[in-house]
Amino acid sequence: MGVGIEVTNLNAWYGTNHTLQDINLNIPANHATALIGPSGCGKSTFVRCLNRMHETNPIARVTGTVRIGDLDIYVDAKPVEIRRRVGMVFQRPNPFPTMSIYDNVASGLKLNGYSNRRGLDEIVEKSLKNSALWDEVKDDLRKKSGASLSGGQQQRLCIARALAVDPEVLLMDEPASALDPVSTSKIEDLIFQLKSQYTIVIVTHNMQQAARVAEKTGFFLNGRMVEFDSTHKIFTNPSDKRTEDYITGRFG
Amino acid sequence: MNEEKFKFRSRMRALTDSSVTALSILATVLVVAPLVAIFVYLVYKGASSLNLDFFTQIPKPVGEAGGGMANAIWGSALLLALASIIGVPVGIGGGIFLAEYGRGTKLANAVRFTADVLNGVPSIVMGVAVYALIVKPHIPFLPFTGHFSGFSGGVALGIMMIPTVCRTTEEMLLMVPHAVREAALGLGVPNWRSVLSITVKTASPGIITGCMLAFARVAGETAPLIFTALGNSFWSSNLNQPIAALPLQIYVYALSPYDDWHRLAWAGALVLIVLIVLAVSLVRYVTSRGVLKGAS
Amino acid sequence: MPGSLVLVTVHVPDIRISRPQVQPERPIPDAQKLAGESTSDVSAVRKFLLSRGNSSIADAVFHWLMVLCGLSIFAIVALIAFELVLRSQLSWQKFGLSFFYQAFTDRETHLPMFWDPVNEHFSALPFVYGTLVSSFLALLISVPLAIGLAIFLTEMCPLALRGPLAFLTELLAAIPSVIYGLWAVFVLVPLLRAHINPFLIHGFGWTGLFNDENPTGLGFLAAGVILAIMILPIISSLTREVMTAVPHSQREAVLALGATRWEMIRMGVLRNARIGIVGGIILGLGRALGETMAVAMVIGNTPEIHRSLLSNGSTMSAVIANEYAEAVSDMHFSALTEIGLALFIITIIVNALAQLLIWMVTRGTPSQVH
Repeated sequence: MGVGIEVTNLNAWYGTNHTLQDINLNIPANHATALIGPSGCGKSTFVRCLNRMHETNPIARVTGTVRIGDLDIYVDAKPVEIRRRVGMVFQRPNPFPTMSIYDNVASGLKLNGYSNRRGLDEIVEKSLKNSALWDEVKDDLRKKSGASLSGGQQQRLCIARALAVDPEVLLMDEPASALDPVSTSKIEDLIFQLKSQYTIVIVTHNMQQAARVAEKTGFFLNGRMVEFDSTHKIFTNPSDKRTEDYITGRFG
Repeated sequence: MNEEKFKFRSRMRALTDSSVTALSILATVLVVAPLVAIFVYLVYKGASSLNLDFFTQIPKPVGEAGGGMANAIWGSALLLALASIIGVPVGIGGGIFLAEYGRGTKLANAVRFTADVLNGVPSIVMGVAVYALIVKPHIPFLPFTGHFSGFSGGVALGIMMIPTVCRTTEEMLLMVPHAVREAALGLGVPNWRSVLSITVKTASPGIITGCMLAFARVAGETAPLIFTALGNSFWSSNLNQPIAALPLQIYVYALSPYDDWHRLAWAGALVLIVLIVLAVSLVRYVTSRGVLKGAS
Repeated sequence: MPGSLVLVTVHVPDIRISRPQVQPERPIPDAQKLAGESTSDVSAVRKFLLSRGNSSIADAVFHWLMVLCGLSIFAIVALIAFELVLRSQLSWQKFGLSFFYQAFTDRETHLPMFWDPVNEHFSALPFVYGTLVSSFLALLISVPLAIGLAIFLTEMCPLALRGPLAFLTELLAAIPSVIYGLWAVFVLVPLLRAHINPFLIHGFGWTGLFNDENPTGLGFLAAGVILAIMILPIISSLTREVMTAVPHSQREAVLALGATRWEMIRMGVLRNARIGIVGGIILGLGRALGETMAVAMVIGNTPEIHRSLLSNGSTMSAVIANEYAEAVSDMHFSALTEIGLALFIITIIVNALAQLLIWMVTRGTPSQVH
């Protein structure tokens, strides 16, 4: 089951570029939260701060507090420990090219030293079912490489891979932006199903997508969070003028 | 008048153009001809001298017909095994350092430059250095020192493998897409595990290729062995003693006055070249197929 | 702080945590709910993962192991340099720099002599001379051919031929030195002896570069020719590399002005790739200077200086190959090591220069030539 996320005074830099400024935000558990905004507004940087991926870039810097459940992630634990609890799905599907479908899904556990074979079988099946890929791949789990699947299937494989470690939070950085409309709608259905079990944070530049899958929506602009409210309110009656301009398509 | 001049000049230009074309075709022929000559002659001479004895017999004393180079093949195999044990891990480790840990740092640039320098050091100098380091001085309590030995030859060849393996490993690792590294990081996989099981494994066809290239290169090296492994006309597996090596044997036999030994030298050259052609072809096959299948 | 320590900090990003002064106390309905309360089998996975450490020790050990591998390359080069300097001290102290240019006079014949291990007279001059003569001869023969081949391969060759030809030149580069030597001894040298040398003596004997004192066919010319064949693929492949690095737009710009193909190659390609090609040639020179086996097999191995290219001679690498294992005295050994040290230094300089030039062209820094 998922946990909530509490962000306080979060600031982030790339070199001298102040990409996130004073973000304060509470993301509820077991719901989908969408982050929208024009490209370059800092929404991707924001989710990458939630599993400490931001700091893998040597010139990056972060200040502030992020609490995931009871854990202050910049104080209480090492990045690897955080990332095992916070799954991430990237913009472009990135299955491990040398691994079979099975090994891709099992990789998070295997590479962390999990060796219970029967347990793995069960988890792989469950994760693939959860990501709605099981029926398409169950016959050649070990025969086919993860890279041989179609783009949409690859992205669902990546979701299965993230689910296999049973994360508390699932971060999705524009998971459907590289996919065709059919695959996109499959991913959206999937998010809809998953959000009762996991806390999902999804970055998207597609406002319809945010409206379809998320209960809460945050609007980012120029490194600041302009507005955070229920999706319904954001799209029907935003309290900030800039939000309204954005969702009505006046810029961005 | 002007038009005449112009016509003349364009005719000259066309003439220059076609003569340059002819010249470069001539150059190509002149380059390809000796190569083909070497190959044809080698295959002709080598094949007519090769027989089963070559692979099963050790050299006969001067004056006796027959004999083979079994001991030299075995010696080369041992030397190359030792060289690979030294050169491959250190080279791959250095490549991982350059691509994964040191990227963009001054230290990495210095290491890369030093590797290129080491690559350019003549093999004879490598032999001199190893001789001065291991063969000449007898270091108390240290085995393998103070005399000619297969061990010193293997060390010399191993050192020569390092820069090639290191630089190819680096290049291949840099070809692994960043997204693959991120995927591993995002799963909370420890860094060392992610480097070995994901990045290196993804690049492994290319890295293996680099190792084979380095292997093929030192397989034919003679200069660093002359005063390390020294050569041996008898069967020996003892790395603490002088040991025979195929290129060394070819060298000695080529300069000998005996026709029978010349025959063996040609046969040895053919065996060596087949090994190397196989390695180079495999390398070309792997690289042309796309080093990282499916990773784009 | 040593440079190696600076490196470690690179991947540990600079993260400053400033705890907020005031924690906002907004109630969030589900936010504090923890994982692991449900009793599904998946939470066993979670428990397992939580039990795994952060493996920071393993990471650090692995990191340092890799750094060590990188540093070992330094260590090797340093060790080589150290050994060479140490073991050549004897000769250096006795002869100094004159080791590379002096000549001794034979007491009986009053002829100049250079290398007398028995009387411990050592001068590297004939070997330096032999190395330079054979290497430049090799460049003279191979450079025009290599550039011609590169032009043919990059600009004219039909696609179907390009692959096999490139493969052939690659193979040429992979053939071991000793096999070139074998071929030279049994094919090239007899050919020179029977046909080419008599022709050169007859036609160009007046230059003094070719005389008939040495009928063996061995000598500088044989060494130069076999070296030329050996360094050709290096020069050619590097030339090809820098020529393909010239952007296509450069070619099109020249062609659009109505240039012929040669003018396009000359102005659009060669002019831009000039520095890189020089780099390739220097790299080939570096290889030729250090090349040992093939040269040692055909140069004749006499420590003498002759003007005639058909004379026997020796090179720095050849004399080491021939005498090192059987050095008669410590001074002999030391003198040979000093030749090795000189070879080491020369090849480092030459290779560094070549790398620099090639790097200038292929790393996008435009070569400013107009």
